[in-house]
Amino acid sequence: MKHLLALMVFCATPALADSNLPPARWANEQLPNPRQEAEAKALMEELRCLVCQGQSIADSNAELAGDMRAMVRQRIAAGERPEQVRFWLIERYGNWVSYRPPVEPMTWPLWAAPIILLLAGAWQFRNRLTRRRR
Amino acid sequence: MGLPVNRALRFLPLLILVAFVGAVAWRLSTPANEKITSKMIGQPVPAFALAPATPVKPGLASTQLTSGQPRILNVFASWCVPCIAEAPLLGELRRRGVPIDAIAVRDRPEDVAAFLSRYGDPFDHIGADPESRAQLALGSSGVPETFIVDGRGVIRYQHMGPIEPGDLPGLIGQWEAAK
Repeated sequence: MKHLLALMVFCATPALADSNLPPARWANEQLPNPRQEAEAKALMEELRCLVCQGQSIADSNAELAGDMRAMVRQRIAAGERPEQVRFWLIERYGNWVSYRPPVEPMTWPLWAAPIILLLAGAWQFRNRLTRRRR
Repeated sequence: MGLPVNRALRFLPLLILVAFVGAVAWRLSTPANEKITSKMIGQPVPAFALAPATPVKPGLASTQLTSGQPRILNVFASWCVPCIAEAPLLGELRRRGVPIDAIAVRDRPEDVAAFLSRYGDPFDHIGADPESRAQLALGSSGVPETFIVDGRGVIRYQHMGPIEPGDLPGLIGQWEAAK
């Protein structure tokens, strides 16, 4: 009985979690204007998918990511700047939705870390040199 | 550099390793909350005018949410399994006098109609959102989600995931508080 149950679990088809609608028009179709498409693509790579967190909407196959790509392309085709689209999403989902953290007191350590590490490395290097010379 | 300082520094990498392993172990044992809440709470409902999601129900415009009394706005889909689980609880809210509108995300009219006839229909208006635009405008990141909108059209509360029986008192409390 136990084996049968296990077998049934493995043979079960996963519940449908996708809609019956095809992807939105601009989800997977490039904009005719190459400059706008490049802007849209660059922004999509920096926006985080809300469903499969950890992927960008450019990488994700989730339907919501497709709808977000369509939205990004439509807004940029309508003349919006990529930063305006990013800001519109941050207003709704917080900084979480963008892979490019803003410069604000909360993130100063993040932006300062490379500089501090470089300085620490330089200091160490200098110490090594002076010690060897001794 | 004196010798005692050197001796203390010798253990620094070990301390860093212990701190790192500790941090990882702590996050593994208590996973971070992955719910991405809407930042639109306290903001007016974004403007939208959605076509009817099914022929038997009127569509939903954001202006209909400024009716003077607080309403529940349910974001659902016929293809969403947890939405089936929360359907009877939305019916219960309706019976207790809470007006409910809905947005059907990425749905076909016939599927919405079948869903309503099978699992109940507590909704006054149902707007169709075929490209998730209204959902994104609301700051919603999945289905089902439930918003409480006060009489002036300001979003006051967001419930993520299916409504469970234990959530009813809280939701009704939030609805009363939005009056």
